[in-house]
Amino acid sequence: MTHKTIRVGGLTRVEGEGALLVRAHDGRITDLQLRIYEPPRFFEALLRGRAFTEPPDITARICGICPVAYQMSACQALESICGVTVEGTLRDLRLLLYYGEWIESHALHIYLLHAPDFLGYPGGVAMAADHRPLVERGLALKKAGNELVAAIGGRAIHPINVRLGGFYRAPVDLTPIAERLRHALDAALATVEWVSGFDFPDVEHDYRFLALQHPAEYAILSGDVAVSDGTFFPVTEWPYHVVEEQVPHSTALHARLDGLPGYLTGPLARYALNAPQLSPLALRAAADAGLGRVCRNPFRSIVVRAVEIVHACEEALRLIDRYTPPDQPALPVTARPGVGHGASEAPRGALYHRYRIDDVGLIAEADIVPPTAQNQARIEADLHALLQPRLDLPVPELTELCERAIRNHDPCISCSAHFLDLHLHHD
Amino acid sequence: MSRLAVWKFASCDGCQLTLLDCEDELLSVAAQVDIAYFLEASSDRGAGPYDLSLVEGSITTPDDLERIKHVRRVSKHLVTIGACATAGGVQALRDLADVREFAAVVYARPDYIRTLDRSTPVSAHVPVDFELRGCPIDRGQLLEIIGAFLAGRRPVVPAHSVCVECKARGNPCVLAAHGTPCLGPVTQAGCGALCPAFNRGCFGCFGPMESPNAAALNARLRAAGMDDDELGRVYRTFNVTTFGSSSDA
Repeated sequence: MTHKTIRVGGLTRVEGEGALLVRAHDGRITDLQLRIYEPPRFFEALLRGRAFTEPPDITARICGICPVAYQMSACQALESICGVTVEGTLRDLRLLLYYGEWIESHALHIYLLHAPDFLGYPGGVAMAADHRPLVERGLALKKAGNELVAAIGGRAIHPINVRLGGFYRAPVDLTPIAERLRHALDAALATVEWVSGFDFPDVEHDYRFLALQHPAEYAILSGDVAVSDGTFFPVTEWPYHVVEEQVPHSTALHARLDGLPGYLTGPLARYALNAPQLSPLALRAAADAGLGRVCRNPFRSIVVRAVEIVHACEEALRLIDRYTPPDQPALPVTARPGVGHGASEAPRGALYHRYRIDDVGLIAEADIVPPTAQNQARIEADLHALLQPRLDLPVPELTELCERAIRNHDPCISCSAHFLDLHLHHD
Repeated sequence: MSRLAVWKFASCDGCQLTLLDCEDELLSVAAQVDIAYFLEASSDRGAGPYDLSLVEGSITTPDDLERIKHVRRVSKHLVTIGACATAGGVQALRDLADVREFAAVVYARPDYIRTLDRSTPVSAHVPVDFELRGCPIDRGQLLEIIGAFLAGRRPVVPAHSVCVECKARGNPCVLAAHGTPCLGPVTQAGCGALCPAFNRGCFGCFGPMESPNAAALNARLRAAGMDDDELGRVYRTFNVTTFGSSSDA
């Protein structure tokens, strides 16, 4: 009878605080918990009683890496209650802001958090000692994304220019940022080529993918919800399909989709469901990288992220090219009582918000479902499948493999709306 | 070489991300400072002691109460970065409510949640050598802090109001010119008067300036049409523990 315990305390190169505990007995995994000890911050509770205009600024503070995602899902949910739809140039500006966030977030993950796993370094800074031009290319790419966010939003982290109906001030001239993005596009194409040559573990999972789908674009800002089993529903029906459960003796809420646990949202899901809508250069880069029509190897998600940076750069350039400043920076939005839903594609996956506005224009209820909460059960399933046939490997090797398997999904644990500080008792 | 550590408590990661957002300076900073402990960026966990610890986030759990004492013990200098570590952050809105009721709203099983009644700044528990303001912090100010502490000099971080930055930038006053409510007169500088430059009133994310005159501003804000509830909300957002009572001034 043999016991084996793997503990990874303090996961590194992820955004937020988490740990992993795995127990095995006689060659079978008996317990596997991705443990989140990010302190709960109670956003859904503290939003109650705030003005209906405030959730974009307040929910941005859920995540410093993807504040735009929170702002966009919040705006759309609240605007839908007030009968406002943001279209045309103002929507283009929102897309540009969001593309900037995809570029900076994906570049951060690829170069500083994920690539060090493949090249054998503890982090991006250490990697720069031997691969300085590569890391500098990544930092320049990240900077281009941040500059795009700042050009539209005022600053890279927690942009201040977003409001219901549009913006406080529309940019006059976006041509300086276009020059940056042309260089970024070259860097992004080189990134796809670079990461597609990594040595990937031969692993595939039978994922059930969930992503937003939009008739006219590779969905990022809005869309309906598509699932790889053919299920398709509007965002307004999200609460009927996605149910979060707090499972006893588990560390996180487990999102169930139509009664079944363990679906995946994020780059692999977007690529599987929407790849034909990628920009021309992104499509070609994906083909050259050998991604195929669907990618089920989570270690190769780094290639999909790189392809999405190409798409974001190319699309942003197209939007800047047709940009002329709007007549008004924002549509007027007046409070109405009611319930509204909004979802967008954060870099890590679908992000859903629901609000109820009361009859004096205050938030009465808020519900936020961040991507990492949705992926948590699926990440645990990845780990289970990866570890079960490899339990004989030495513990340090298994530990490293587990950390890598978690980083594949770029978990943003700071999205703490639904994470628990749970204390478990083990026999 | 001096050794730097970066710690996270209850927060959004944005302030520590600011260090990684110093794209042009990151590698030269790393050449002059040993970034010994920074879990978000590296798997190396260099043991203490550290010459400078940057602390992000507020104290909200019993475990974190102990952990911040450990951070102080292993750090020669401790600098808090951002509104959470300096003023409790937006999560300090729980201080004005019943945290058990908050937990019950968010979680089906609130009994699993271990959390403190209040979200407190780091300075409520251990001595702090410097508090860097902002939600999020400013990149330039972060580099100034790192440089100053490692050189053993006082950091140059202004304590005057956002109004001074607005004048320097040549922004028209949004309050005087458009009647837009603005906390600039009572808020510490550091952002470069960003919101007024975008035709938006300051919402105080850097917290109160040195000796703010909130009473005078509040009279002006009421004249601009803000009622008591709105005044209460605008001061009680990202810097609840330092700005919270200003609406009553």
